Amino acid sequence: MSAREEVMAAVKSALGPDPQPAPEVPRGYRAAGLVPAGSPELVELFCERVADYKAEVHRVSGADDLPAALADVCAARRSSQVLRAPAADWDIDGAEVRLDSPHLSPQDLDSVDAALTGCALAIAETGTIVLDGGPLSGRRALTLVPDHHICVVRPDQVVANVPDAIDQLADAARAGRPLTFVSGPSATSDIELQRVEGVHGPRMLDVVIA
Amino acid sequence: MGFPAAAREALQDTQLRHNLRHATTAIRAKRNAVVSELPDWEELREAGAAIKDRALATLPDQLERLEAAVQRAGGIVHWARDADEANAIVAGIARDHNARELIKVKSLATDEIKLNEAMASEGISAIETDLAELIVQLSDDSQSHILVPAIHKNREEIRELFERTIADGGELGTDPEALTEVARRHLRAKFLSTPVAVSGANFGVAETGAVCVVESEGNGRFCTTLPEVLVTVMGIEKVVPEWRDMEVMLQLLPRSSTGERMNPYTSFWTGVTEDDGPREFHLVLLDNGRTSVLADETGRQALRCIRCSACLNVCPVYSRTGGHAYESVYPGPIGAILTPQLHDLREGTTLPWASSLCGACYEVCPVKIDIPSVLVHLRGRVVREAKGGGPGAERATMKLVAQAFATRRRYEAAQRLSRLGSGPLARMPFGPLALWRGARELPEVPKQSFRDWWRERS
Repeated sequence: MSAREEVMAAVKSALGPDPQPAPEVPRGYRAAGLVPAGSPELVELFCERVADYKAEVHRVSGADDLPAALADVCAARRSSQVLRAPAADWDIDGAEVRLDSPHLSPQDLDSVDAALTGCALAIAETGTIVLDGGPLSGRRALTLVPDHHICVVRPDQVVANVPDAIDQLADAARAGRPLTFVSGPSATSDIELQRVEGVHGPRMLDVVIA
Repeated sequence: MGFPAAAREALQDTQLRHNLRHATTAIRAKRNAVVSELPDWEELREAGAAIKDRALATLPDQLERLEAAVQRAGGIVHWARDADEANAIVAGIARDHNARELIKVKSLATDEIKLNEAMASEGISAIETDLAELIVQLSDDSQSHILVPAIHKNREEIRELFERTIADGGELGTDPEALTEVARRHLRAKFLSTPVAVSGANFGVAETGAVCVVESEGNGRFCTTLPEVLVTVMGIEKVVPEWRDMEVMLQLLPRSSTGERMNPYTSFWTGVTEDDGPREFHLVLLDNGRTSVLADETGRQALRCIRCSACLNVCPVYSRTGGHAYESVYPGPIGAILTPQLHDLREGTTLPWASSLCGACYEVCPVKIDIPSVLVHLRGRVVREAKGGGPGAERATMKLVAQAFATRRRYEAAQRLSRLGSGPLARMPFGPLALWRGARELPEVPKQSFRDWWRERS
């Protein structure tokens, strides 16, 4: 018998000739769709929760002010070489912004200062941004290798909680797109439980709401 | 050596006890704070338990769905009956790519199958990339906590270790930030150049074929994104049926585990994606004793475990002995029910007694594993089935007590004998009964029994 057949047979025999019926899942918790996305309260909560992770949050009143805000972010972090996701086509005064391409090697990515992306959505309750590998989010390596990640979030992308996010991501999940949930900069508490921000992933995360 | 002896050794280590107390207290407080934020925590626990029970009750279907979905997305699925088979599969893939080195994400499943040792015997070095796992690996030590495996080491010990191994001769301070920076530099070179990576999986979604890794440092993202070849070793119990189930798990796991609203990084990938991530993906579905756990109707709930480690942090036994005393990659209360079952009661048979049955583990478990009930159930099984080396004391005692209780006459005689300081209900100065008696506070035997008193009055 192949390993597959043998494991399957062992599973079936463990469950017995008369397996218990599979229980229905009681979903009495707060489900998706209870709170409309993008309300000022949700955006406010999202900003608070992102800031709790020691990420920087910047609020911009309109799309016109975005280039100036991005320029400030880059100046503050001394990021002058920026690589962007295909649909993250915002200009940054004072920085050189280039389009990412899958032909760039990990070493190439390691030599730029920052990555500029949008996102698929953001979760207020947990302060999370979700990247889905699409044109706004870019490929996974782009937001991983450079030490600084600048993520632009539209207010209407902010959903209330995890069930809202999972619901909205269902099509992307079924299409097999890679999904990355990012909640603050990378961190470790492995040495005497003292939290250190910035291990392998980007040490600096700027979230710009515009 | 068994839990009692190993625990005695661990209790001598005051540094370990200090670190453990600090760690478990701090994580416990963080967990309580973020759990109390959610108004529907109990409903989420109910759902979490049912999702895992549903997956287990329909496991053949779920595994077939997962396999088909991964294959549709260009992944390759392997099945492994045991540790040797899983290791042979991983070594074979490494050989196919001429890899002498592979990078690894912290994974209990690969610790369980001793993947690193197996690779070493094939001439392949497996490099741990989680900071704590790196510390453990460099010091040739073993993990003491599921979540923070190097919690038994303090910063001074880590500084010495890094200076000796990866710091290239530089002198280091004891500041955790500086120590972390050393590890970052050391590993970054590996991340950018190593073509084969191995990971575990927190979840596998049968509906979509997505595999999920939940982490903090970003080493998981590196290992699952940059290498050309990714091999994921996943226990068959890690499958959840529907994508929607993740809305429950992604709330339960981070809050129970690190006490955060969400961990820094959660990655999902499905097979391979063009121009994004590895070009080759292998999923190894591992049994290695899980089907024998599944066969026990009471014990199978241990397979619901999502490895959050909340039960370790609240356990009065674990928080004093630490993880090493459990002599398993799965320590603490969950280890006490999982380890012996995974080994079909051939190993870890003293572990079901490594508990005061206080029930704190059950209360914090995000998937409502009734650990105390399973412990009691396993004590019974060990006594009935133990293949040598099991606590014969309990069996012998229960037999004796059963005899004493069998008739009223015998019971009364035994009571009177107890008052005289002998007989089966009093002290047992030697042999297995002394062991049993030595671990328990017995009530004073009254001067006169109720029965004798009643007889005198009437």
